[in-house]
Amino acid sequence: MSFSEKTLSRSVDPATQRMLDVAEKEGLETAWDRYEKMLPQCGFGELGVCCRNCNMGPCRISPFEDTGPQKGICGATADIIVARNLIRMIAGGAAAHSDHGRDLAHTLLLTAQGKSGGYEIKDEAKLAALAKEYGIGTEGRTKEEIALDLAESAYAEFGKQEGFVQISRRAPSPRVELWKKFGIDPRGIDREIVEIMHRTHIGVDNDAVNLILQGLKASIADGWGGSAIATEISDVLFGTPVPVRSASNLGVLKDDAVNIIAHGHEPVLSEMIVAASCDPKLVGKAKAAGASGINVVGMCCTGNEIMMRHGIPHAGNFLQQELAVMTGAVEAIIVDVQCIMPALGDLCECFHTKFISTSSKAKFPGAVHMQFSEEQGYGIALQIVEAAVDNYVNRNPEKVVIPEEKMDCMVGFSTEAIVGALGGTLDPLLDAIKSGAVRGIAGVVGCNNPKIKHDEGHLELVKALIENDVLVTTTGCNAIACAKAGLLLPEAAEQAGDGLRGVCQTLGVPPVLHMGSCVDISRILTVCAAVANALGVDISDLPVAGSAPEWMSEKAVSIGAYVVSSGIFTVLGTVPQVLGSPLVTEVLTKTANDVVGAAFAVETDPVKGAQLMIAHIDAKRQALGI
Amino acid sequence: MAQPKEIFVKSERCLGCMSCMIACSVEHSPGKTLFSAIAEPVVPKSRVYVEWAPPAKKIPLVCRQCEDAPCMFACISGAISRNDDGTVVTDADKCIGCWTCVMVCPYGVIGRDIDAGKAYRCDRCPDRDIPACVHACPTGALLYETVPDYSKSMRQKASEELARAEGE
Repeated sequence: MSFSEKTLSRSVDPATQRMLDVAEKEGLETAWDRYEKMLPQCGFGELGVCCRNCNMGPCRISPFEDTGPQKGICGATADIIVARNLIRMIAGGAAAHSDHGRDLAHTLLLTAQGKSGGYEIKDEAKLAALAKEYGIGTEGRTKEEIALDLAESAYAEFGKQEGFVQISRRAPSPRVELWKKFGIDPRGIDREIVEIMHRTHIGVDNDAVNLILQGLKASIADGWGGSAIATEISDVLFGTPVPVRSASNLGVLKDDAVNIIAHGHEPVLSEMIVAASCDPKLVGKAKAAGASGINVVGMCCTGNEIMMRHGIPHAGNFLQQELAVMTGAVEAIIVDVQCIMPALGDLCECFHTKFISTSSKAKFPGAVHMQFSEEQGYGIALQIVEAAVDNYVNRNPEKVVIPEEKMDCMVGFSTEAIVGALGGTLDPLLDAIKSGAVRGIAGVVGCNNPKIKHDEGHLELVKALIENDVLVTTTGCNAIACAKAGLLLPEAAEQAGDGLRGVCQTLGVPPVLHMGSCVDISRILTVCAAVANALGVDISDLPVAGSAPEWMSEKAVSIGAYVVSSGIFTVLGTVPQVLGSPLVTEVLTKTANDVVGAAFAVETDPVKGAQLMIAHIDAKRQALGI
Repeated sequence: MAQPKEIFVKSERCLGCMSCMIACSVEHSPGKTLFSAIAEPVVPKSRVYVEWAPPAKKIPLVCRQCEDAPCMFACISGAISRNDDGTVVTDADKCIGCWTCVMVCPYGVIGRDIDAGKAYRCDRCPDRDIPACVHACPTGALLYETVPDYSKSMRQKASEELARAEGE
């Protein structure tokens, strides 16, 4: 099939190209079209030099020193404005991840109290391990009693005023000492986010470096706090992932089944949707309507959650959400929070698809709202799935276009599963790193962004890394890009360099390890901390590097900040809105090395980005003498 | 005859913020304020356009008020004429909406008012000393000067560069 140049320029994924072709022919609008209409994007915004923090403004600083204002009305320079805007993005991202974590703590609390509808404590070993970490007694106590204490301890992390966030103490002690030395060891999760909002209010913190330090502090409370709580409690409630086979891309939709897409981020809803879709009465109802059954598939990170725990197929990453609806084969797209395009409302008007919102935090024009609650989780999930089943008769077969593409994948490499695959100890991995068979480890994560050809940034960077014997850990939309391209299969080891190929083939694992959703970057931190502790060094000494090749969200800004704060060099594939301040740019790309032992680089060419990461890894190997 | 002022574009200065477009729309709205303009039943139209020349250039375009204006000669209904101040104007009463002016304009800066069925373009803001777009531009990408003044500033810049080159 031949597609237009426009379609081919937008994505490297064949299923995406197929649906973009449909969109073009049918006149259906996508994010790519809206991006083109947005061009040229405002240069002040691109540079980060506009400020709307008070009503003397809006102010903006001219990047041309001889023309236009050089200071805001309050006197804020470009450096101050850029730093304030940057850390407000961190606050947004840290708030989103952490509120996700809070929702999991809430679900655990209700479950421990016997008040949740359909949830149970599935992983008692993880519960015991976390109880030990939090100093909660387990001797002679029921799992509910332990879980109640754990839920309350986790809850308390958010509103804590003094002390430290418990999981941050997984970090090597030199790292913790460094955080303390620079005053960026978070005292509580919400407190640091609130302090960003206070400091960026008119007339408070006007020192760009001091502002950025607070941004790092809040981000650490995300990566080693809110996100980590989300990951750990999800494992307690739904099981710690172990490697499982699944499939990914739009081809997982079925032309003869009731297709339900679970889209968004938290597992609290999607787990119940998966359970409800197996209800014999509903399956019978679907069959009575002429369908072969009920086919639940995932989208974005909630899809990662149910894929790695149940092998539920995954329909695609962020930029594919509109395309999934355009297949005409989706009875319901069910959403909770984060990365859900409001464009879905208008789009679903063109199809029979029901757009069902479920969270009081996230409502959308054109959506049917079916309020979800943990207390009646399973019951509400049954109603939602039934609404999808009832909608099957409204499907117009003439409108159905499902791309053929779907790719098998192996997912679910939690920290515990990685240690398990290594035979119960990290030693084989450490040996492989020391011998050079594994040159280093990369964490490649993040979103999609129409500024970069869809999936190309992800795939080119990851392929260049594994070819050079860098083991890749992945989460979020990068994980799905890799899944669709076959990189999450053990057979993909053939695309790796000699050393990495041998290690992967011996262990039977892919060269790219799927570690979960975007909050599960906390798993990558845990692995890095464990490796550093085993070697008796800091994380910043390790041959590791991070990248977000197609990032776009505020969550990604927070992630980048906590990854760098943890001592990991990070390459960004899209340009952050900071270049209007030479000082902030200098701090992020250079001076940060003197504070946290790592910095950012910006490289929009993914292969060059991989080369930067490899050069960093080689330098760290040399410093370690390996 | 005194030298008239023209709108000059320094495209390397343009950040694509479209402040010029907002200001032009507001100026050509009945209330002439941003907050009244956004509430008008008929959406006010900008006469200046910011185009994107990939990968990174942003180019503001506005009617050049050509001396030898192709639109004026092409107009079959005689609706386009030159004012005393040198601006080329379309008489809405005479305009029959044939869009010949649109076809011959090399800059593509003539618009179509779909409600009125008439062509519209930059009128150099007759109620203002400085056109709204120029006034709104925060980076100096739009200038309102006479040709001699503009050329003088260009010569000055060229002289400085030449002097620097010779000094090295």
